[in-house]
Amino acid sequence: MHKFANPTQFMRIANAIYPWAAGLSMILFLIGVPIALVSSPADYQQGETVRILYLHVPAAVMMQMIYYGMAAGSAAYLIWRHPMANLVAKASAPMGAIFTALCLICGMLWGQPMWGTFWVWDARLTSTLIQFFIYLGYIALADAFEDPERGDRAAAILALVGVVNVPIIKFSVNWWNTLHQPASLSLTKSSMTGDMLLPLFLMMGAFGTFYIAVLVLRLRAELLSAKIRNARLSQVAVSEATAAAE
Amino acid sequence: MVRRMDGDFTPRSFSGSGLACRRGGRLVFTGLAFGVAPGGALVLRGPNGSGKTTLLRLMAGLTPSTAGALAWDNVPIDDPEAHAAHLRFITHLDAIKPAFTVTENLGFWMSLWRGRVDDANLARAVAAFDLTRLAAFPARLLSAGQRHRLALARLLVAPAPLWLLDEPGNALDAPSRESLARAIAAHRAQGGMVIVASHEATFVDGGETLDLGVFTPKTAVHWSEESEEAQI
Amino acid sequence: MSVFSALLARDLKLALRQSADSMTVVAFFAIATVLFPFGIGPEANVLARIAGGVLWVTALLAALLSLDRLFTVDYEDGTLDQLVLSGAPLPMVVLAKVTAHWLTTGVPLIIMSPVLALTLHLPAQGYAPMMLALLLGTPTVSLVGAVGAALVLGTRRGGVLLSLLVLPLYIPVLIFGTASVEAVITGVETNGPLLILAGFAVLALTLCPWATAAALRQAVE
Repeated sequence: MHKFANPTQFMRIANAIYPWAAGLSMILFLIGVPIALVSSPADYQQGETVRILYLHVPAAVMMQMIYYGMAAGSAAYLIWRHPMANLVAKASAPMGAIFTALCLICGMLWGQPMWGTFWVWDARLTSTLIQFFIYLGYIALADAFEDPERGDRAAAILALVGVVNVPIIKFSVNWWNTLHQPASLSLTKSSMTGDMLLPLFLMMGAFGTFYIAVLVLRLRAELLSAKIRNARLSQVAVSEATAAAE
Repeated sequence: MVRRMDGDFTPRSFSGSGLACRRGGRLVFTGLAFGVAPGGALVLRGPNGSGKTTLLRLMAGLTPSTAGALAWDNVPIDDPEAHAAHLRFITHLDAIKPAFTVTENLGFWMSLWRGRVDDANLARAVAAFDLTRLAAFPARLLSAGQRHRLALARLLVAPAPLWLLDEPGNALDAPSRESLARAIAAHRAQGGMVIVASHEATFVDGGETLDLGVFTPKTAVHWSEESEEAQI
Repeated sequence: MSVFSALLARDLKLALRQSADSMTVVAFFAIATVLFPFGIGPEANVLARIAGGVLWVTALLAALLSLDRLFTVDYEDGTLDQLVLSGAPLPMVVLAKVTAHWLTTGVPLIIMSPVLALTLHLPAQGYAPMMLALLLGTPTVSLVGAVGAALVLGTRRGGVLLSLLVLPLYIPVLIFGTASVEAVITGVETNGPLLILAGFAVLALTLCPWATAAALRQAVE
């Protein structure tokens, strides 16, 4: 575990994974998209609109996985002071937010033909919207400090507070939803047939590997900008030291 | 919760070794060691940015060290709360509530640290920094120098063996410096210790000096010299 | 315990000296509530239908406004450094500050709520559950808000950021707070939502002081 704390070691492994993740993602998309959009059967009840499911469900899964991953990374950072664990959490947050937005947009586009409106206060859709705000809060907090290291600690604590709250929010929203007569149709409640599982798993694999590949790219960029920041800082320190010497 | 000492404290020595601290991605100092014996004093010197305030905050237990350890009587500190109970820290912020009077401000710290307000001791602390005339005035009416004296009076409301003082001479006139020097001398006579970050520590008699410039890591200098050449 | 009582006494005394601060929060609660009849019209039955929800939303916003100041003043004048060094466990320091906050903002909001409910034509049987729900819910609001208030210390845009962090976390309290009022009005006599609010308060009491303490420690680092 400890060797991953070293950025050089960590990036050596990450860089080795990158071409595999990127390649696999591309292959899975190339196979999965045609099956999902063309050759898989339409739903007897929802018709062709059911195909949105192949974007909606993987996006929802990524939204949750990334947040739990961020919480785990934040915990590792706070407990063992693993700088890379936090960097992974920080680099993942914008991707989590984008997957959440994708999930929301898909849900709304599906809602228009099915419910006759873009927005219904459906339990899942509402929880997703709240999750989106939680992602936004994390991103805003991590970026709100002059000293980036302070933002790291604060954001890590927030991620843990959030992960405790997410199930409570879900429970509350579900309870609230049953109180106020839910929408009878739900995108993911329809019974899934075997023909649907194959494209669904292909798309999930494509999303997951895509996330890993982009994560490695983002980690590279984060490390580079940290390098630039440190170089500037030591320049400031040296100019102070030379001034004092004179 | 019986951590608080009433009355006097037991004289103990305070030391640190192998200390390093990283702030904002920059290594401020490394390989730093110091030791203060009961009754001793240590003056921290060094150019701006050499980490005097950082070191004081590290000694107080606010800023964690990247490496090394602090120790009481050579026993490394494991309980930061017990450690905090053994020290008083005067930062460059005065922690004064403008709506409270001088006495109320000090009374709060006394009740926080000692669990009760002892009027005689409180009056003594107020008098030691020549604040008796102002005791009943709200702190918002005080001048910068008077506020600073009020902050310093906090040192006397509850005894603790270690005083950490960050530039305590700033904004003080000559008589007030005298008061501070007297307070420090009395504290040391009881076996207390003082660590001061200051450019001109006239109020500490015969203390040792620690020059922080010595512990500034050299690697940063090399790197930047190269980059300066590259820029030219 | 002396640290708890000393700090609680100081914060209450300070709030009493600067009582205008607490009054401002209550005044905000009132004006924000009064805006709703202008926004949706004065029909008594419409207002009665939404009274519980409106009061809860405005109470949350009022509490949020006051939370911004919970640690900021102590942080800026150096008191927070000294409190961290008080020698007492930091969660206890947090609990003292949160208790003072609840007594000086939560309680005035609860006292003010029946007057505002009157203007919204809340049905008579709704008053008791509404005040009870506020009594059980506002401690959670203060406790969860303290975590956010500690996290945003030293940021460039404290207040706005605080609302982004904390409001999503208030949704469960809002849901069950409003539901306890509605349950009675619609005739479904049930204590369920109130019990859940009490559960939230216990959960917040056990977790939030520690999270807040961790956030404060990194703020003074």
